[in-house]
Amino acid sequence: MERYERAFLAASAVVLVIFLAALAYSSVAMGIHLPSHNAMIHYQAGDKLRMVLRHTPPFDHLGVREIAPGKYQAVVIGRVWDFMPSEIDVPVGAEVSFVATSADVIHGFFIAGTRVNMMLIPGYVSEFDYRFTRPGEYLLICEEYCGHLHHTMSGKVVVK
Amino acid sequence: MSTAIVAEPSGFSLPKSQLNAVRWNLYFGFAVLAVGVVMGLEQALNYDRVGIIQHYPVVKSYYQGLTIHGVCNALVLTTAFANGFITLTTARGLGRKLNNALVQAAWWTLFVGSLMAAYAMLVGKASVLYTFYPPLRADWTFYLGLALVVISSWLISAAQLAALREWRREHPGARVPLLAFMSIATYVMWDIASAGLAVEVVVLLLPWSLGLLPGVDPMLSRTLFWFTGHPIVYFWLLPIYVSWYGLIPRQTGGVLFSDTLTRVAFVLFILLVPVGFHHQFVDPGVSQGMKFTVATLTFAIFFPSLMTAFAVMYALEIAGRRRGGGGRIGWFFKIPWSDPSVAAQVLAMIAFLLGGISGLMNGSFTMNLEIHNTAFIPGHFHLTIGCAVALSYVGIAYWLIPYLEGRELWSPRAALVQAFSYFFGVMIFSHGLMAGGVMGMPRRTDMVHASYWLPEWRIPGIMTAIGGSLMFASMMLFFLIVVMTVSAGRKVQPGDLPFTATVQPPPTAGWQPRLDRLSYWVLASVALSLAVYGPFLVAHFPPNLASAGLLYP
Repeated sequence: MERYERAFLAASAVVLVIFLAALAYSSVAMGIHLPSHNAMIHYQAGDKLRMVLRHTPPFDHLGVREIAPGKYQAVVIGRVWDFMPSEIDVPVGAEVSFVATSADVIHGFFIAGTRVNMMLIPGYVSEFDYRFTRPGEYLLICEEYCGHLHHTMSGKVVVK
Repeated sequence: MSTAIVAEPSGFSLPKSQLNAVRWNLYFGFAVLAVGVVMGLEQALNYDRVGIIQHYPVVKSYYQGLTIHGVCNALVLTTAFANGFITLTTARGLGRKLNNALVQAAWWTLFVGSLMAAYAMLVGKASVLYTFYPPLRADWTFYLGLALVVISSWLISAAQLAALREWRREHPGARVPLLAFMSIATYVMWDIASAGLAVEVVVLLLPWSLGLLPGVDPMLSRTLFWFTGHPIVYFWLLPIYVSWYGLIPRQTGGVLFSDTLTRVAFVLFILLVPVGFHHQFVDPGVSQGMKFTVATLTFAIFFPSLMTAFAVMYALEIAGRRRGGGGRIGWFFKIPWSDPSVAAQVLAMIAFLLGGISGLMNGSFTMNLEIHNTAFIPGHFHLTIGCAVALSYVGIAYWLIPYLEGRELWSPRAALVQAFSYFFGVMIFSHGLMAGGVMGMPRRTDMVHASYWLPEWRIPGIMTAIGGSLMFASMMLFFLIVVMTVSAGRKVQPGDLPFTATVQPPPTAGWQPRLDRLSYWVLASVALSLAVYGPFLVAHFPPNLASAGLLYP
């Protein structure tokens, strides 16, 4: 019986290692990256974060801009209880870098039906690259509870 | 030809005062669960956009109800149940009672802490959900109450360790009885794991809520929270493993095979505490490398659960074959399904297989992007805590309450209906949430009043509502069974715990006795935790207390 025990444990370990290898492959070879350590916004106790952001690039110019041919940057601030701007227009097929942060509490930045999913944490800049391959209107949702009107915090991404 | 997993196989019973502490923890836990379940119904219907919260007394908003649901079911019930049940299994395993003063103090600490948190939540000063991420800010009574709930578990741990030391002094060189080892290892794991939450609440949130600190560091707080927030699920799960390894084999008529494998599984849970970063895969401020390290550790901690699947399933197979079951799976249908305690816990195991698989998906690094903070997450954890753990509590209660009260279970047939209906309820409910989550349906959202809705969420939402209603009805039946058993069950002579034996006894020579040296594993676990979390903590010291917060949102 101990033989079966050992065989089961070995098989379990092998399966887990294969799963991990698949994840490493998805990240390294397929280039799917998680939001990672990034720029920070410097502010101190007593500062109004919303005011600080007004003078902190890139949040001094919100919205979409072309930063290189075919490459766009969408700069967004989440605050209680909306996104600024609440509508983001991007061209189909272009690489879009979403750069976002929070002006107050923790928010989420999630585009339903895609893998664009990140937390917005006050003081931190979140960034995620994505390419929309199909035109249409996508729902942008704050997916982290942020206070009593959390469910009204949404926007849209229009891909044309 | 087998070794009992307790020190005194016959003739030991706990003094009445200690049994009373077990009883109070258990009944208080179930009373709290009743409140949580009543809130849960409203949250299940929410996904079908049916609003019933306006008919509830006291509770005014979806998020206030959701906070109560999470705190009751995931924090208070689980601690109360573990404090009661594990006190009993530790004492029975060692054949000696635990220090009465500590056990009593643990009960009162838990009770007072729960009341403080309940006050803050009911008056609407703590609608911050059970993760209470700052800079959302609750009343200080909420934080202090939760801290007391955690401290109550430390008091039980202290009582266990004191009893273990005395037992060792009287039995030099002997192996710690397996039932006691599992029980104590559960709390030792939790002692390490709860440190993050303790520091977060005591050093940061409590002074901040009292106005002693100018602000709070949301990133540091959240990371300390998740340091505890993942291994807390092992604190929910391991008391159930104590039952699955230690009691279920006997209840089904089988036997546990390996003593050593069981101990290794528990030691791995102690060792692999630092996995909480996998709740922060989509956070800024944490490097990819750290995230991948933790993804690896998360996969490693899946291993002891696979060991459990093997060991417990083998115990069930022995039982089924002894009872005349044959073939490759024929034995499975021969285990005593008519015993509601067994049926509930075996159904809980099936749910845990699905819960484990969906959990592995959550922990899967890049795959997490698809489902982070969607309804997939509560879909997953209602399979684990909402079914594997909760239905096991129910199954344990079906022998534990008769044991404590000296009464027969009221209507085993109703109990069977309850166990099966709850299981199917969770299956429908969790499928609804997980399917919705994959289609982008968010969790923790007041869908009745939301400014958005996608048509593809309709069917998953209906399934969530139907499954949740079935879970609610089934739990109401459970509370009826508890009340009827305590008040009207037929009186019988109280028995003993259904502890099993192991086919392979614990070896007294070789490497295995070192498994009992918990201090080694604690040191290794603390070292691993520092290696994983150290760089982050150093980078966030001193904390940046710039974030002022949003009061009782």
